[in-house]
Amino acid sequence: MKYCNVTIDGVKINVPDDMMILDAAKQAGIIVPTLCHLKGISATGACRVCIVETGGGKVQTACSFPVAEGMMVKTNTPKIREMRKTILEMIIANHNAECTTCVRSQSCELQSLAMIYGIEDSHFKKKFNQEPVDMSSATIVRDQSKCILCGRCVSVCNGVQNIGALGFIGRSIDMHVGLAYEHQLSESTCINCGQCIVNCPVGALKERDYLSEVQLALDDPTFTVVVQTAPAVRAALGEVFGLPMGTPVTGKMVASLKRLGFDYVFDTDFAADVCIMEEGTELLNRIRAGAHLPMITSCSPGWVKYAETFYPELLPHMSSCKSPQNMMGALLKSHFAEIKGIDPAKMIVVSVMPCTAKKFEVERQELEVDGIRDVDFSITTRELGRLIKKAGIDFKYLNDEKFDDFYGDSTGSAVIFGATGGVMEAALRTVADIINGNDLKEIEYTVVRGIQGVKEAKVQVTPDFTAKIAVAHGGKNMHYVMDKLAKGELSDYHFIELMACPGGCVNGGGQPIVDAKAKMHIDLRVERAKALYHEDSNILHYRKSHHNPSVMKLYETYLDAPNSHKAHHLLHTSYQRRD
Amino acid sequence: MVETRVIDGILGAYQNDAVNLLQILLKVQSVEPKNYVSEEVAMYVANHLDIPISRVYEVVTYFAALSHKPQGKHVIQICNTTVCQLNGFNEVLKWFKDALKINPGETTADGLFSMKLTPCIGACDISPAIKIGTNVYGNLTKEKVEEILSELRGAIS
Amino acid sequence: MKFITANFDQYDGKDIQAYIGLDGFSGLKKAIEMGPLATIEEVKESGLQGRGGAEYPTGRKIEQARIEKAERKFVICNADEGEPGTFKDRELIKKDIYQLIEGMIIVAYCANANEGVIYCREEYDWMHEHICTSILKCKEMGYLGINILDTGFSFEISLFSGAGSYVCGEGFAMCESMEGKSGRPRSKPPYVKQEGYLNYPTLVINVETLSAITAIMKFGTSNFTDLGTPDCPGTKVISISGKVNKPGVYEVPFGKTLEEIIALAEGVKGDKRIGFVQIGGASGGILPESALKTQFTYRELKSKQVSVGSGAIVVADEDDNILDYLENVGQFFIHESCGKCVPCREGNRQLEILLGKFKHKTATIDDVKMYKDILDMMSEASLCGSGRTEPVPFKTAFTYFEDAFALGGSHEIL
Repeated sequence: MKYCNVTIDGVKINVPDDMMILDAAKQAGIIVPTLCHLKGISATGACRVCIVETGGGKVQTACSFPVAEGMMVKTNTPKIREMRKTILEMIIANHNAECTTCVRSQSCELQSLAMIYGIEDSHFKKKFNQEPVDMSSATIVRDQSKCILCGRCVSVCNGVQNIGALGFIGRSIDMHVGLAYEHQLSESTCINCGQCIVNCPVGALKERDYLSEVQLALDDPTFTVVVQTAPAVRAALGEVFGLPMGTPVTGKMVASLKRLGFDYVFDTDFAADVCIMEEGTELLNRIRAGAHLPMITSCSPGWVKYAETFYPELLPHMSSCKSPQNMMGALLKSHFAEIKGIDPAKMIVVSVMPCTAKKFEVERQELEVDGIRDVDFSITTRELGRLIKKAGIDFKYLNDEKFDDFYGDSTGSAVIFGATGGVMEAALRTVADIINGNDLKEIEYTVVRGIQGVKEAKVQVTPDFTAKIAVAHGGKNMHYVMDKLAKGELSDYHFIELMACPGGCVNGGGQPIVDAKAKMHIDLRVERAKALYHEDSNILHYRKSHHNPSVMKLYETYLDAPNSHKAHHLLHTSYQRRD
Repeated sequence: MVETRVIDGILGAYQNDAVNLLQILLKVQSVEPKNYVSEEVAMYVANHLDIPISRVYEVVTYFAALSHKPQGKHVIQICNTTVCQLNGFNEVLKWFKDALKINPGETTADGLFSMKLTPCIGACDISPAIKIGTNVYGNLTKEKVEEILSELRGAIS
Repeated sequence: MKFITANFDQYDGKDIQAYIGLDGFSGLKKAIEMGPLATIEEVKESGLQGRGGAEYPTGRKIEQARIEKAERKFVICNADEGEPGTFKDRELIKKDIYQLIEGMIIVAYCANANEGVIYCREEYDWMHEHICTSILKCKEMGYLGINILDTGFSFEISLFSGAGSYVCGEGFAMCESMEGKSGRPRSKPPYVKQEGYLNYPTLVINVETLSAITAIMKFGTSNFTDLGTPDCPGTKVISISGKVNKPGVYEVPFGKTLEEIIALAEGVKGDKRIGFVQIGGASGGILPESALKTQFTYRELKSKQVSVGSGAIVVADEDDNILDYLENVGQFFIHESCGKCVPCREGNRQLEILLGKFKHKTATIDDVKMYKDILDMMSEASLCGSGRTEPVPFKTAFTYFEDAFALGGSHEIL
């Protein structure tokens, strides 16, 4: 690694000679403005906002031009300021600025740049894309009038997620982002992961908002409205209220949901325990029969749609278990409704998820029992944040409250799975226990031959049975694993966990959006997981799901046993070909 | 749709390699009577090259020589750049519009002719110039235009 | 004046034996005899500069390519001639393709490249078969393929067709189109010569430059440098068209005045006076009649804010409207912009609106400032060379024809 001496705005620094000016400037305490730049994903030099002078009258983009020995960089000369202002004004002229009502107001990167550079109004004639808003999808809304053609969504959909639903179309002033042959989003290979939303700098992409529907239900006294929340939500909800990333806010989240008027507030983790019982048993049955192995988890709806679209012939590998969200809904509308004497037809189940694909999942035709939908609406962490703010609830000052429990006992369902591979690990513990009462030690993972995002491990479940498992996140890694599976190279594996979002659910498409500049210097996953670890260490630990008293009671009093006929009826599902 | 074995032949000639996508699409369009790359064909090519269809569509819509919409059997490309503009493009356009009763970007009802404006085709020394298929016609007059059209019409019996 | 175009009309452009009879492939043989290093020195000494418009010294370019170490190396002949008003490469391919191929072999030999591509624009598809046939004939005669002329050096050439994108004449955009993507330029570094086609070192050279290399090797460097001027030696193949009586391709020694070159084309049609002249292509500068005594050399033209570019000269007469012409140039840029970067895409979009205002005499003093700001910004901040040179016609038109940009809009001062 060769180093070189560079001067940026008069500050002398010594940095590796292959470093881009943008990163070197940060070391010199200078934040060069960027817009189309996404660290590690996209540095194409398209927007030209990050232009700097590199000496000799030359102008280069800081994101894609490396330093060199003796380079004298100037980031804030009159010429640069003038040109940057012209560039920003041009981008704004091509953008349908509806800042007052736009969902990204105050988190919009273009708005922030306009404010910093004192751009009051663009002198240029407004000319932006006139395509109607694409509301075809249950999950993601596309508004091309706001698109600034930065290409971040295209880079993420193609390069990171390996899906390639979004692409650039046409050229010059007709260039736009869209689906092949001008289809709508719902008619494409989009898996609903929402990574495009959390990487869009402006309001061109957003989630389908179901807050009016939820509010209607809350306002209707004839309905019992129940809400369940996923773990990753509590890991990030605090950010919406200005709390530092990683602040644990579970108690406040529960309190605010109660104040919003939800009749009952449940932790989806309870259903995760049930899922483990079902999935562990299913795995054991497959191992005994030697069939349809490796089994693959089914709780990530982005992954499920991916499999249905790209590898439908491998669907038999998918676990038949519903995701915890839907298991919870099914149990709420059957067992819980019975306990409380509620008519299931008058129960609305809302889930709060870090995920956009869950919106698609709740609408799947398979996910109902005897004509009753498992879950009625799924909203994202971001939507919950807006709902709380709209109700005027002063989140930061709330006192902690506890989740409700099926059986009135709130100590039951509090197992938090912070590490990735959580569901799968717990399933293995259940399997190990069922076979021979063994308690498994900590499972050690190794990264799969340098492929980031794919880990594997061998777990000795019994003296004569070692399970081979793998865990992978993100589209590119799902593709890596499924490609190998399709070629028959994974026949000696038993259990694989696949999640559609890179970094797992804490980085889901429904989570609070973090500015690209902030993402250059922090690891979202690490920071948000801190909230989960905090929970984990403060609460009673059930390392075995089937020792969770509420779960035990559920099987004893209602379901009989995992994979029983009743369990199948309520908690298992099937899949469709979407190729 | 064009017969799949024809497309397979083209794909094979280019080693089924996605780097040759542009050449493949030019050939695929040329064997399609309506001179375009349909969604069906694009999907077929995408599947066989193991690339998303969005990539194929991106290339089809980027390059002016490719079309994602059906065109006429004969695509009349009229140059409208600097030299041809100086030397009578407006008249040439009018002659074609009058003869074919269509505007640039449109196709005649019988599917025989499409008309489109094209940037410089490198025939500036014989401007005003047009290109139809692999034929370049220059120093156009109203009579020449009529001659060209009747020849093309007559060639189809 | 025949050096690069010496073989024009001396044979049918197809018969390889006839080409050999005109001392064909003697340049290649000389290069082999001298060896690659000495050949590169010859080219350097000739002062030959890239004839596509970039004007980079060719000898140095080949020398740099030779140094790059990689498993594969490519020489691409840029036959994507897309500059409006330019058709010289068309003639060089049609009338003397073997000279071009010989040039490619010489360059590949010197640069240690084993794979060649002729990237020929789709608008010249009527010549694609001719190109392929000629390549085959060279191979049959042992000038292409394995162990050429017993040197142990191997070189193959294939044809790649463009598809209607002016920007693909730029090195990176060209490579992108050859990699199955849309033809948009990449950020530099790395440069094409380091990581171009398929990320291998790639030399992209214009048709005329390659042809000139062959002619220089065949006739000798001093015969080339004897022509032209001391500070700008050699000849240039000019395409002249527009309102001239005899538009066509003319090879002229550097140093001739613009007036003299226009006279070669037998002056202006209908004996009209010259209104304005655009030099070098669509992104070339526009000069008034008063500048016609300027000598056609790199330096002299630069002093008038104009460049040689592709060597195109478009002549407009006294009745042609400069704003109409500029509008047409702007439309060309809008049609051809790849759309990737804000300065070119949005700059051209807004320029069209401004030109409309100037045409309709509704422009204000703020519009003039906006016009200049856009052009300055595009010149420096655009991603590729095309975007950076597009402002030239707009700037020079304003410099030399300011009256045409008369204001007329209301500028309210309350």
